[in-house]
Amino acid sequence: MENMNNDVLKISGLSAWFGSNQVLRNIAMNIGRNTVTSIMGPSGCGKSTFIRCINRMHDLTPGFRLSGSLVYEGTDIYGERVDPVALRRKIGMVFQQPNPFPRMSIFENVAVGLKLNGMKMPKSELAGRVEKSLRMAALWNEAKDHLSRPGTSLSGGQQQRLCIARALAVEPGILLMDEPCSALDPVSTGKIEELIEDLGEKYTIVVVTHNMQQAARISDFVAFFLMGDLIELDRSAKIFTNPSDKRTEEYITGRFG
Amino acid sequence: MTAARHYSEALGALKEMVLRMGGLAEQMVHNSVTALAERNLEMLAGVRPMENQVNKLHVEIDEVCLEMIALRQPAGGDLRFIAAAMKINTDLERIADQAVNIARRAEMLLAVPSLKPLIDIPHMARIADEMLKSALDAFVDGDDELAMTTIARDDEVDHLKDQVFRELLTYMMSDPTTIPRAMELILVSRALERIADHATNVCEDVIFMVKGKDVRHQGPLA
Repeated sequence: MENMNNDVLKISGLSAWFGSNQVLRNIAMNIGRNTVTSIMGPSGCGKSTFIRCINRMHDLTPGFRLSGSLVYEGTDIYGERVDPVALRRKIGMVFQQPNPFPRMSIFENVAVGLKLNGMKMPKSELAGRVEKSLRMAALWNEAKDHLSRPGTSLSGGQQQRLCIARALAVEPGILLMDEPCSALDPVSTGKIEELIEDLGEKYTIVVVTHNMQQAARISDFVAFFLMGDLIELDRSAKIFTNPSDKRTEEYITGRFG
Repeated sequence: MTAARHYSEALGALKEMVLRMGGLAEQMVHNSVTALAERNLEMLAGVRPMENQVNKLHVEIDEVCLEMIALRQPAGGDLRFIAAAMKINTDLERIADQAVNIARRAEMLLAVPSLKPLIDIPHMARIADEMLKSALDAFVDGDDELAMTTIARDDEVDHLKDQVFRELLTYMMSDPTTIPRAMELILVSRALERIADHATNVCEDVIFMVKGKDVRHQGPLA
């Protein structure tokens, strides 16, 4: 926000529809490099739709329509020449439910991202990339002696960190997370949150969360969405101590609705 | 909505506790100064029991605030309200301490002949009392403008304190036997000045609570 040139993602006039139902209205916001931004709001406010727009996850959804502009590092995300698969290498996504590939080992689960993206490399280099990704996802120490075990043998929280490692392996420019902790217990949630804070120093992260305290803990910026509108975007400390909009205040103090 | 309703009720109850404490502190100051000015020893009797109540509320308010922070994770206006309540709590306890301080000095002064009729000290007490009342009203009503005008009155009290000191200095210079009594009165005026300072702190906390704006340490207000 302070330095406009350091914005990785610039969004303006973004509106989206499922059929005749408009779910996003004229959203304008920029995402700064190496920041963690939480997208917060009540159910149905459009927050998941919003982050899915960022890596074109709605492309195949029947009846989905979008207008406005999303520009990632100078490239129009919805430009005609943009290959969605190549785009998703740059803009990775971690989902609510940990979804490691069931028949693959821990090692393969991380390496597969590289392979699927056609990134051929010698075995030793591949092993190095896998280790680096697992370290960044804070899973290396727990998994290094069991790399050949199935990814699904890990606990839920470990599986989610494995999915984060898989996303990180291809070195994305932005990491999108759609409620990454909502299926996890508090201890695993704590680990993922710590991880997000650490990763925020090197990565640009956009997290959708239902959990206000989580947004307050992990993010530099918070965007509050309500019924398809972006109500307020500001530094987390400002949003949670002195928000500018009355609707944000009502939401964070639990007096909503 | 039940949880939200309980939360609102808890916030309301907290506000009531702060007000009760403020009322007690106010009464303590009033009784101490009136006892001194009117040479009425009986008025001091209630001060000590009120101090016990204030001390009890001091602990209880902090407990309630901490519990709300831990259990409700307040944000926005609620967070600022709870933070203000904790700080106001401390200031009210100190005001009560100063009232006890005045009461002790009044006890001593009432045991000896009066040095002079008291004019400026009751005047100071009146302003300090009005400031405290306004500060508490501003807290209840979330009235930042009232808080702002109340802060401005602190200068009057400071000015009177200097005046009291200058006047008593002339007594002490002309007759050294007046020194013990004059010193007690100077310390009473000092206590009243501190009370006005604490009322000012309360007002600053109210402005933060309402506006989210920190006005402390910014020199005289425009």
